[in-house]
Amino acid sequence: MLADKDRIFTNLYGRRDWRLAAARQRGAWNATPDMIALGRDWVIQQVKDSGLRGRGGAGFPTGLKWTFMPKEVKDRPHYLVVNADESEPGTCKDRDIIRHDPHLLLEGCVIAAFAMQAHACYIYLRGEYIFEREVLEEAVREAYEARLLGKGNVHGWDMDIYVHHGAGAYICGEETALLESLEGKKGQPRLKPPFPANAGLYGCPTTVNNVESIAVVGEILRRGAKWFAGIGRPKNEGTKIFCISGHVNRPCNVEEAMGIPLRELIEEHCGGVRGGWDNLKAVIPGGSSVPLLPKSICDNVLMDFDALREHKSGLGTAAVIVMDQSTDVVRAIARISYFYKHESCGQCTPCREGTGWMWRVMERMAKGEAEMREIDLLLDVASQVEGHTICALGDAAAWPIQGLIRHFRHEIEERITRYRGGRPFVPGTYIAAE
Amino acid sequence: MSVRRLAPAAQQPASFTFADDSRAKAQWWLTKYPEARRASAVIPILWLVQKQEGWLSKPAIEAVAEMLGMPQIRVLEIATFYTMFNLEPVGKYLLQLCGTTPCMLRGAEDLKTICKHMIGPKGATSADGNFTWIEVECLGACVNAPMIQINDYFYEDLSPEILEDILKRLAAGETVPPGNFVRRDTSAPEGHALTLIDERLYDGSRGGPITLPNAPEKLPANADGGNG
Repeated sequence: MLADKDRIFTNLYGRRDWRLAAARQRGAWNATPDMIALGRDWVIQQVKDSGLRGRGGAGFPTGLKWTFMPKEVKDRPHYLVVNADESEPGTCKDRDIIRHDPHLLLEGCVIAAFAMQAHACYIYLRGEYIFEREVLEEAVREAYEARLLGKGNVHGWDMDIYVHHGAGAYICGEETALLESLEGKKGQPRLKPPFPANAGLYGCPTTVNNVESIAVVGEILRRGAKWFAGIGRPKNEGTKIFCISGHVNRPCNVEEAMGIPLRELIEEHCGGVRGGWDNLKAVIPGGSSVPLLPKSICDNVLMDFDALREHKSGLGTAAVIVMDQSTDVVRAIARISYFYKHESCGQCTPCREGTGWMWRVMERMAKGEAEMREIDLLLDVASQVEGHTICALGDAAAWPIQGLIRHFRHEIEERITRYRGGRPFVPGTYIAAE
Repeated sequence: MSVRRLAPAAQQPASFTFADDSRAKAQWWLTKYPEARRASAVIPILWLVQKQEGWLSKPAIEAVAEMLGMPQIRVLEIATFYTMFNLEPVGKYLLQLCGTTPCMLRGAEDLKTICKHMIGPKGATSADGNFTWIEVECLGACVNAPMIQINDYFYEDLSPEILEDILKRLAAGETVPPGNFVRRDTSAPEGHALTLIDERLYDGSRGGPITLPNAPEKLPANADGGNG
């Protein structure tokens, strides 16, 4: 288990005060003016050396992303936008950072904005997080009052942070949809290129980072890149907040080392799977978009980007959704298909039509009311949606279905056979074949 | 995608006016964006209107378009695209029940049964005008599943019995504070704490003076800390 001294989010559970005075006692805003004084090249090099990869799902190296911004500010101002539109099913980590450690996020915004020569930062919070927005607005107010933000602040880098909010659209977590939404439009992703670093918010150079990626930066600079890089495995360094939900005895959020074995994560922190490890059926390891893993893989898999990719899944947002043997796994994935059908923005035809089609077929399969050949047809359609849309929502809708068929095809087939044999599947009475 | 339409003409009010409070807040939102980008404030301002009226009517949408200098169709698009905007009146308490997989695995279906039994069918408002319940997609409180957002705040770690009790108390005019309904600190695991128990994290030592590691001995020539 990660030692307490190596945890960045020391108020993850809100047991202590989130306000400025208490946050400073825990180290927030400590030495931030010194960091600024060392210059942006130093800041970016440290973040690169730490091995920090974006915590929003894709895992792109954060330091490298920052270097994509123009080297000099010309006629267009630079912007930093923080993606706090946390909506990936299973994920609830940014919420805890915002409501319990908002000052770590704000200091990270100042450092990152300085590194990219931005004087303005927008934090785009999902609309439903109303309590979190109230906390964040108050934290911003405190920071202005303490001259940590604003014109002529203690950092010598003029900085404004604005809290913005959405109104319930998953797609706004996609960076260009988020920018569209922030400009007051429907959240429909933009074609890339141009990438936001060239033409982002209001057509100006913009970098969009996840809340967690930004909030860890201050602590990385304070402790040194080596400290962060010393945790986890090569290319998968640092600590990460995991959100473990579903059929475990004690669901929770916890900050752990990257690369922790999944079994250890569940057994140490969550009191184990309901009914014991052998009662495990499957785990979705990184939020609803990534393919699920059956128990046989869960026994040994490590929780980081590369280890999960080897098993054709992904770390995503590190939202671990656990399903025990009582789970109707076909229905669980059908519900995820409904989610994507509901959240498709409607811009690209393969996704707009495909998500609805896939959901309807999944619903029939959950009942067994389908033809055997439709399993392959569904796979075929999923692979035609995947990669043929502007943004990754099409992929995200396809992957859970592909994962289900890869690992639980026998269960779908058995259900169809039962239905055709006049013994339709009744939820709750099913005993898994294995 | 979700297809949403404005309420029928018969349900639309004749006019809409901003309350003083909403207008002042709208002005505050407008200070956050460059002057030429007033449209950026459209979602927050529509949200203010919804807080004032409970839902978005056609006259209200037109008033927002006028305030922001936007074509009406652009604001209509926003109102129908974003699902948090209610396009028809709802009850005094709007229950948004999360039905996505993490909540479903922990019993969201049982909560739906309670809602159907105590309030009525999905989307309908109860006879006394107190409650409307709808099913929504993941609200981002998955380790506290199952959960419901009642008006602005989250009610977490629910069971059918607890939800029944909450609804009864709300119907009786009581206020029910939001939060967890089992004994745990927000998203921490139930029971004794395993992490964040080292007191040295909180004794102030982390807030004391430090020297940054890896700092160059001499400032590099291109270090231009500050606004220069």
